[in-house]
Parts: sequence; structure tokens; C-alpha cells
Amino acid sequence: MDLLNAFVALMNFVVIPASAYGAQLALGALGVTLIYAILRFSNFAHGDTMAFGTMVTILVTWALQGAGLSLGPVPTALLAMPVGIFGAAALVLLTDRAVYRFYRRQKAAPVILVIVSTGLMFIYNGVVRFIIGVDDQSFDDGARFVLSAREFREATGLQEALTLRTSQAITLITAVIVVALLFWFLNRTRTGKSMRAFADNEDLALLSGISPERVVAITWIIVAALATVAGTLYGLDKSFKPFTYFQLLLPIFASAIVGGLGSPVGAIVGGFVIAFSEVTVTYAFKKVLVYLLPDGWGPDGLVQLLGTDYKFAVSFAILVIVLLFRPTGLFRGKSG
Amino acid sequence: MKKLLSATAISAIATAAAAQDAGPVKIGILLGYTGPIESIVPGMTASAEMAISQINEAGGILGGRMLEAVRADSTCIDSAAATAAAERMVTSDGVAAIMGADCSGVTGAVLANVAVPNGIAMISPSATSPGLSSADDNDLFFRTSPSDARQGEVLAQILADQDIDTVAVTYTNNDYGKGLSDAFIQSFEAQGGTVTLNAPHEDGKADYSAEIGALDSAGGDVLVVLGYGDQGGKGIIRSALDAGSFDRFMLADGMYMQSLLDDVGAAMDGSFGAVPWSEGEGTSAFQTLADEAQIDAESTYTRESYDAMALLAMAMQAAGSTDANEYKSKVMEVANAPGEPILPGELGKAMQILADGGDVDYVGATNVELIGAGEAAGNYREYVVKDGEYETVTFR
Repeated sequence: MDLLNAFVALMNFVVIPASAYGAQLALGALGVTLIYAILRFSNFAHGDTMAFGTMVTILVTWALQGAGLSLGPVPTALLAMPVGIFGAAALVLLTDRAVYRFYRRQKAAPVILVIVSTGLMFIYNGVVRFIIGVDDQSFDDGARFVLSAREFREATGLQEALTLRTSQAITLITAVIVVALLFWFLNRTRTGKSMRAFADNEDLALLSGISPERVVAITWIIVAALATVAGTLYGLDKSFKPFTYFQLLLPIFASAIVGGLGSPVGAIVGGFVIAFSEVTVTYAFKKVLVYLLPDGWGPDGLVQLLGTDYKFAVSFAILVIVLLFRPTGLFRGKSG
Repeated sequence: MKKLLSATAISAIATAAAAQDAGPVKIGILLGYTGPIESIVPGMTASAEMAISQINEAGGILGGRMLEAVRADSTCIDSAAATAAAERMVTSDGVAAIMGADCSGVTGAVLANVAVPNGIAMISPSATSPGLSSADDNDLFFRTSPSDARQGEVLAQILADQDIDTVAVTYTNNDYGKGLSDAFIQSFEAQGGTVTLNAPHEDGKADYSAEIGALDSAGGDVLVVLGYGDQGGKGIIRSALDAGSFDRFMLADGMYMQSLLDDVGAAMDGSFGAVPWSEGEGTSAFQTLADEAQIDAESTYTRESYDAMALLAMAMQAAGSTDANEYKSKVMEVANAPGEPILPGELGKAMQILADGGDVDYVGATNVELIGAGEAAGNYREYVVKDGEYETVTFR
């Protein structure tokens, strides 16, 4: 029984939250990594692209809620997400036309594009705040729990509770579907193959008659879709506030770099590595140990490696370690 | 010629001195007209100036001298700016006392750099940091708001009354939260309680599951939340309920807001806490006056501001002087028993009693009772949440 309690506590406070967070990071990191592979720069505006797509989704969700539409237990936001993706895609395509294309024609160095994207980050940031405001926005509806603490306790008689929020379940399911679609697209379709060819060797791809503008446009659309999905899932699971999306940039970049910039598989693994280390390093293991160890052997202290305030420091530390010992990332990306 | 000159000079000085004696008595209002609390300061100012106009209508103080307010901006956060503003009040405007400052940090700075060196008394309506109780103030500093140390005691007593001896604490990571958590833990441990974990939380984050993971692991009968009900405090409670870790919470004054109960819903039932409160004749008398003057009496620290200004004027009247070294000892006398109870709106009567050599016990808008180094004892309302409403248990 104690073993079960320990397992449930660990699931409830570490495994489930970290998996959902990891899935959100992985989707974000995929976007960063695709841009890096094909357009060859680190897109610092990615966090705010997420915020913009999510904002459009929220506005449409409110309209749908106002019109009385709902999906029952599933959040209405999922219905609004295609519009959000469309909005984000329109934004990044417009930006590409107005800004990035100019620098591409100049054959600007990647570092210049990074600075350009930083400028765009502030512009997106301002636009989002201007439209929806700086405050917390709540847009989740439908059933809050798939499995609530009380139901679980009543059903099992355990002391510890296992909870699974609807948003966490949806995050995991959606992430699996999106990642499967993306890999199918990249590996099986003609367009996907041309994108990979472009990423591998730009000159050779041009010689084989691949249109660079088309590849770039499709990349931006995919990135906008990934960003909106990641942003909406994060917003449903936690809450939407423009500033927190700006802060998300750090763990997302850490995920992409740890996995290897430019490697889609690396982005996914990196996302989960970062999420699980953030959560396990700051979790206090006292409770689990008290269940596992014989009576009286339980620790008095919290058995917490780092205070929760240092959560972001974990991303930084992993980033530094990976860059020191394996600069190309776990999956041999293009950097380094 | 020489004689004439010196005679003129002497008479000029004499006139000046006479003018000083008969002219208006200036009192500084040093509040944060810009900065984080700029939204509540207009109400505080209006309330303090209402006290001034009531006294002036009744004939002023010290045999007919009128009171005059001099406003300056404390900024709430910038100690250098507040000190400069206070210095200007004292040296160029010649104020006899300062009603202010507001936030604890700037209040301490003004007290140390301006009030004590110049010998000017200050009554703050809103500085609650426990640190100010032991500030080196030459007995020149008073406040009509209770110290957070007092709230810490009240919260600890509530737990003692419910026989709860193990709690986890989380506080908002700023001066208010840190001070309050220190004060609470000190009182709670003094009465034999155990704090399993005292963890800060940042406001405005999207996710508090890591904080709750640590707090849950530490355990405790209730979770004491010393934060803001529309910020991190709400996020903490949400996460705790979602994870099924705590189901009862003790809430400090920053958590007292109806929106918290509306947002979180039925799960809040059974949680409890305390909030500064004033009730009774004085409060309702002030309410009537404020309504007439179109001031929002419910707004934070509006009542305390009226009381701070009234106390300054009465202390001067009682001492028969505008010199802080003479009237500073009178502040406690007029605020506390014995004497004739004075409600808001009866300031004219109070001045008359004091002029005749009588004694007053100022009740004011907040049932003023100054204790210790000259700070409000503080009345708190203990409440429990029932059916989505705050229900009064008792007053402390």
C-alpha cells in the first residue's frame, strides 16, 4: 500500500505535470528547430508568435462561447485553434515578406537575422499586449478533470490522490497527433522531402529545381501551426498571460539546443529532458521517501535539491553543460 | 540712524514672529501621488483634508489658527524622492507635522533623514512593516495602521483556537509577504506550532505546481497563504486544489477579496483567515461624513488617513504648541483613554475640550488605540468561508 502511495504521489506531482509541460516545450522547440534548419537562424520571436496565435485562438473562443457553441467536456479552444493557426501564419508570412526576405536577399549573416528576430519579438509582444491586455486571461471551459483527487481517493482508498486534468490529457494526445503528422509530412510527402533537402544543402536543392520561396513559406506556416498549438495547450493547462510566453523562450531554446538545433527528434527529446529535470530537481522527495522507507527512517528535511525559485536556473545549467560537453546537442544538430 | 535701523529690524522680527504665531499651521501630506499605490492616495488625501476643513470650520486650533495642508509626492518606492519632498516641506514650507508617508520603505527613509533631524512628528496612515516599531525615532513616529507583526499574532491565535499545530506557509516574495511570514512564524512557533515549510512564491506566474509539490511533500493541516487574492495567492490555491494536496487554507489580509471566492468556487468553503476591520459608532459616523463629501470610505487606508490628521491637530491643541518636541507626547494621550470619546465629525468639540484643559479619548474612524511605540493596536475580523461568502466568526 505504501509503495502504491509513493508511486501515486510521484505520478501526481512529477510524472504527469512534467509530461504535459514537456509536450508543450517539445512543440515549441520543434518550431525553433525547423526555423534553424531551413532558414538558418535562431528565431527569438518564437515565444511571442506563440502568444499571438494563442491570442487569436482566445478571441475566437470567446466569440464561440458567446454564440453558445461548445464541445461538451472538451475545451472550445480546440475548435478555435484552426483560426488561431491561420492568424499566426498570416502574421509570420507578412513578417517574412516585409522583413526577413529583405535580409535573405542581402545574404545577411545569421547573427543579423537573430537581432532582427529580437526586434520582431518586441513588436509582436507589443501587438499582443495592445490587443488583449497584459492581464491573465482565462479561456478554458468544459470538464476540468478527467480524474479528480476526490474521485481517485474514493475509488482506490489510497491516501495519495492522482489527478489528471482535461488540459493535461488533451496536451499529451494533441502533441502525439501533431508530432506524428509533422514526421509523416517531412518524411513521406514531396514537399517535406524538398524541405529536408533544402535544409541539408541549399545550393544542391536550388540546382534540383526546388523553389526556395515556396519552402520558406511552407516552413513558416508549419512553424505558425506548431507555435499556436503549443501556445494554446500551454494556456489551457496553465493560463494565458503575454509575459509568461516571453519567459517561455528560455526553456524552449534550452530544449532545442539540448536536443540539437535543427534536429526535430532532438527537439522532442530535449523538451522532455528540460521539463523532467525542472520538475524533479525542484520537487521535495520527503513524502515519497517516507512512504518507501520503513517507519521512523523517513527524512526530517524536505529532500529538495533546489528551491522552486530556481526552476529557470535548471534550464540554464543543463544548457551550459550540454554546450560544454556536446555542443551539437544530444542528436547531432547543425550548430557547433 | 543706527537706532532706527535696529528698531526697524526688531519690529520686523517681532512682526514676523507674531505672524508665525497667528498665521496658519501647515501640515504636510506626504503620500504616493505617483507610483504603485496612486489609485488609493486620492481617497486618503481627501479624507485627511476633510479632517482639516472640519477643524477649520469649528474655529481652528490654538485659539483661532487655521490648518493648511501642503501636499507632496512620496512615490511609495523611491526613498530619495520622498526624502527630498519631505525636506522641502519642512525647510521651505515650514510644516509643523507630516501626515505620511505611505509605504513602509519610504516612511523609514523620511523618518530617519528628515523627521528626526528636524524634529518633526510623523503619523503614517499606512506603513505596516514590523521594522518601523523599533526604528530610532525620538518618539516622533506614530501610525494609525497596525504593524504586520500584529497580524502575525492574530493569525497564530486563530490556529491555536482551532488546535491546529502543523502548517505549511507560502508567502508572496516581497517586503510585505516576507515581513508577514516572519511575524507569523515567530508567533506560531512561540506557541508551540510547527511550520513544515516556508516557501515564497512569485506573483504573475502561469504555473505553481512546483511550489505545491514542495508544500505538499512537507505536509501540514492547513496551508497558510500570505499573498494576494488576485495574483500568486490565487494560483497557489488553484494548484493545491487541482493536485488534491490541501483542502483548507488560512488567508492573510491580502487574500481578502470576493473575486477569489467567485473564481475558485465551492472548494474554498471551510477556509478561514483575518482582515483588518473597523466597526462601531466611529466607523459609521465616518461613513456618513464620507458619503456627504463623496469620498469612498471603504477604500484602503481612507479611515486611517482621517484619524492620522485628526490626531496631529488634537495633539497640537493639547500641548498648546506647534513644536513637535512639545506635542509628541500628547499624541498617545489624545488617542487613548481616559477622556471624552470623540467620534469623526466631533473634532470641533474635541478642540474645545482640550482648550478648556480637559482630556479626550479619540475613537475616530478606526477605533484608534495606540500601543507600544505609537502604533494602532489593530482590530481584525476573523472569518470563515461558507457558501462562497465571508462569514464573521469574531473580532480580535
